[in-house]
Amino acid sequence: MAEFEPKIVAFLCRWCAYAGADLAGTSRLKYPPNVVPIRVPCSGRVEPAWVVDALRQGADGVLIGGCHPGDCHYVSGNYKARRRVYLLKKILPELGIEPDRVRLEWVSASEGKRFAEVVADFVAELRALGPIGAGSDASRVTRDEESTALRGG
Amino acid sequence: MSPKSGDAIRPSSRHGPRIGVFVCHCGHNIAGTVDVEKVAEALARYPGVVYSTHYDYMCSDPGQELVKRAIKEHRLTGVVVAACSPSMHEPTFRTAGEEAGLNPYLVEIANIREHCSWVHEAGPATTDKAIRITRAAVEKVRGNHPLEPLQIGHAEKCLVIGGGIAGIQAALDVAEAGYEVLLVEKSPTIGGHMAQLSETFPTLDCSQCILTPKMVEAARHPRIRLLTYSEVEEVSGFLGNYHVRIRKKPTYVDPEKCNLCGDCEEVCPVRVPNEFDRGLSERGAIYIPFPQAVPSSYTLDEEACLGLEPLRCSECARVCEVGAIDYDMQEEIIEEDVGAIIVATGFELYPKEEMAEYGAGRIPDVIDGLEFERILSASGPTGGEVRRPSDGKVPKEVVFIQCSGSRDPELHKPYCSKICCMYTAKHALLYRHLVPDGRAYVFYIDIRAGGKGYEEFVARAMEEDRILYLRGKVAKVFREGDKVVVWGVDTLTGKRVEVKADLVVLAQAIVPSPGVTELAQRLHMSCLDEHGFLKEAHPKLRPLETLAGGVFIAGAAQAPKDIPDAVAQASGAAAKAIALLSAPALVHPPEVAIVDEELCSGCGICAPQCPYSAITVEEVAEVNEVLCEGCGACAAACPSGAMSLRNLTDEQVLAMVRAALKEAAEVTSG
Ligand SMILES: Cc1cc2nc3c(=O)[nH]c(=O)nc-3n(C[C@H](O)[C@H](O)[C@H](O)COP(=O)(O)OP(=O)(O)OC[C@H]3O[C@@H](n4cnc5c(N)ncnc54)[C@H](O)[C@@H]3O)c2cc1C
Ligand code: SF4
Ligand code: SF4
Ligand code: FES
Repeated sequence: MAEFEPKIVAFLCRWCAYAGADLAGTSRLKYPPNVVPIRVPCSGRVEPAWVVDALRQGADGVLIGGCHPGDCHYVSGNYKARRRVYLLKKILPELGIEPDRVRLEWVSASEGKRFAEVVADFVAELRALGPIGAGSDASRVTRDEESTALRGG
Repeated sequence: MSPKSGDAIRPSSRHGPRIGVFVCHCGHNIAGTVDVEKVAEALARYPGVVYSTHYDYMCSDPGQELVKRAIKEHRLTGVVVAACSPSMHEPTFRTAGEEAGLNPYLVEIANIREHCSWVHEAGPATTDKAIRITRAAVEKVRGNHPLEPLQIGHAEKCLVIGGGIAGIQAALDVAEAGYEVLLVEKSPTIGGHMAQLSETFPTLDCSQCILTPKMVEAARHPRIRLLTYSEVEEVSGFLGNYHVRIRKKPTYVDPEKCNLCGDCEEVCPVRVPNEFDRGLSERGAIYIPFPQAVPSSYTLDEEACLGLEPLRCSECARVCEVGAIDYDMQEEIIEEDVGAIIVATGFELYPKEEMAEYGAGRIPDVIDGLEFERILSASGPTGGEVRRPSDGKVPKEVVFIQCSGSRDPELHKPYCSKICCMYTAKHALLYRHLVPDGRAYVFYIDIRAGGKGYEEFVARAMEEDRILYLRGKVAKVFREGDKVVVWGVDTLTGKRVEVKADLVVLAQAIVPSPGVTELAQRLHMSCLDEHGFLKEAHPKLRPLETLAGGVFIAGAAQAPKDIPDAVAQASGAAAKAIALLSAPALVHPPEVAIVDEELCSGCGICAPQCPYSAITVEEVAEVNEVLCEGCGACAAACPSGAMSLRNLTDEQVLAMVRAALKEAAEVTSG
């Protein structure tokens, strides 16, 4: 049987992690092709609801890439992201999703190597976790309940 | 070259979106790992795509022509170029789109080189990823709206707050560029702390000699309106369009008439400590801070005066031969519209009374650095002779204590005040020049002399002027007879040191000017750093700006600074202000936050999320588009889904996510 290939959606801050991924490319570093990046202005733009939606739509993991603490182009977006991800990870088990499927990583524009490593590591971790929703039924929770739980800061 | 085979042209979607996809080979850079033909084919079958092709080098002239021709021929409503990173050619293809009549914001890049072909091996998985990336870009374009950059007008004046060297320099630069400047200074004269200094490191030129010509130039400049004895009371508006209210206190002396004879001060029966000399001399209730003050006029200090209402003394008016004194002078309120604001409110010394461990405040011969500047100054209270405050004796043993109140997180300020190492070396050196048989000791933690000619200056003080530098902390300072005894430890030798000194000079920490907190609130720049200094918009990349658009910072108000740094920063802030004032209109990217008023509940959760105070919430939230930088923090926080970012809405992102995740088989053209 072919090895399980996890699918990852990555929300990458345009100022840091997106540019870090560019640098991984310019440096011709190799990492597994399991990740599809989506460019966002800042990690603080990422809504927990997007993350949950991605996981429901078939993603096995979601990566959020932001600027290192103190480096956010908009001063504090990365701290906002950190708080939201922290809260989201507390809620995920109730939706039947392992919190480890969501990763927030700080990757600067000069850290191409780090970006490649983060992806490789995440892919390995998700391979070990296997496909999503093995045990519980994630679709039990209604969208309304979900948005009450996920929105608001 | 004409398009390759594999072009797919579909006539459908007469009313829906008509998106064109252009897959670049980038020579072998993409085509070597990604099956570009397959990508173009897959996208041709994707809903909304009416044209899909691939080509050797899309960014080349023929490549761009191909895009332009397709836009026209196929009446494309959106374009996706699957190629290198948007940081490379997004502007190229947006311009090409525009040239073909397509709004540039309807052109998006799918990054299949840096994010795909360059980082993966050739094979189906890599091609599959390229398809997913491109599909997501199609979804982005589908949701995009044509946008125009925002344009707003602005006032053409500049307000400078604080008339120290930084404020003076900034005002002169802006005025020289042709703009009107209001220079607001709270004290009766401009000049700031530099006016109090004796000579300046590292060149030892006389501070007043290099400062006063600038003060006069500022006062005489046809485009600078000097408002001394004034404070900014209210600021409203936003970037480029601030309305300011300034209150100018009455000086009761007409500067046009005052000829500086000084008769008034002589007859004034009042004597109060003279702030300019840090209390080492006295002045009358009517006074001039120092002879070269600008504006050159006496000022009547209402609080010190025996009484104006009712008039209790009026001696000064009686002797003023030119009739310059006017007890009925009223305060003035000045209202102006300004486009830019430069804040240069400078610093103060951390009060020496805080240093109980050094006996400061109790022992008259323990003084701070600015007091010593006045003692050294030729025009100071001792006429340039080094004499100590208690009994006027020439001190023969002087101890200088560095880092007094700095770098002491437990008791005082945790930060380094940056300039004290240098001015202490200067103090000790000038002292040795004035009192050749005197001995100077400097207690220090370490020497920070990072500046042009600075290290050499300190070396000169140590070697040529034989100043004894003792590395270590002072444990105790106490009085014994007419001596001030200093106990310390030389950590280099491990020995205890005792100096029976005649005078102790504390290099006090630099702190922000008092009142700057309220001023910052009035300017809607909620951002002061944890020590109360003005905070820059970005510590590395935007050091002259604040988070309040159009408000810039200069000088020691931002952090402890010496004169060269303060002046350099002032010119930088002036350049920023000039750039703003000289723009025909302020152009701002249009990808900003928007509110759906139907959905907004007015809860107000979004407003505090915004680092730029761009959101106001009354009935519903409203975004000031000019202030919005498009970070999206508000949109992510809004519990009602009412707040969104233009061209990056929730719907767009969710569609992109789906497009990225769907298996090829699930995609059917529609
Ligand atoms: C003891 C000592 C020795 C020094 N020696 C040297 C030296 O030899 N060489 C050197 O390069 N540097 C030296 N410096 C540093 C130098 O004094 C500063 O770099 C310089 O004064 C900074 O200028 P500034 O304009 O930023 O601030 P300031 O000189 O503090 O001027 C700020 C001005 O703003 C005004 N102001 C404050 N708040 C308001 C308000 N709310 N509204 C209106 N006006 C306001 C103040 O009244 C003041 O006039 C020394 C400093 C000290 C303490
Ligand atoms: S997008 Fe960012 S900058 Fe714009 S209003 Fe929202 S929080 Fe403020
Ligand atoms: S958070 Fe959303 S609902 Fe609340 S005021 Fe802001 S836009 Fe309106
Ligand atoms: S700009 Fe990168 S995380 Fe905010």
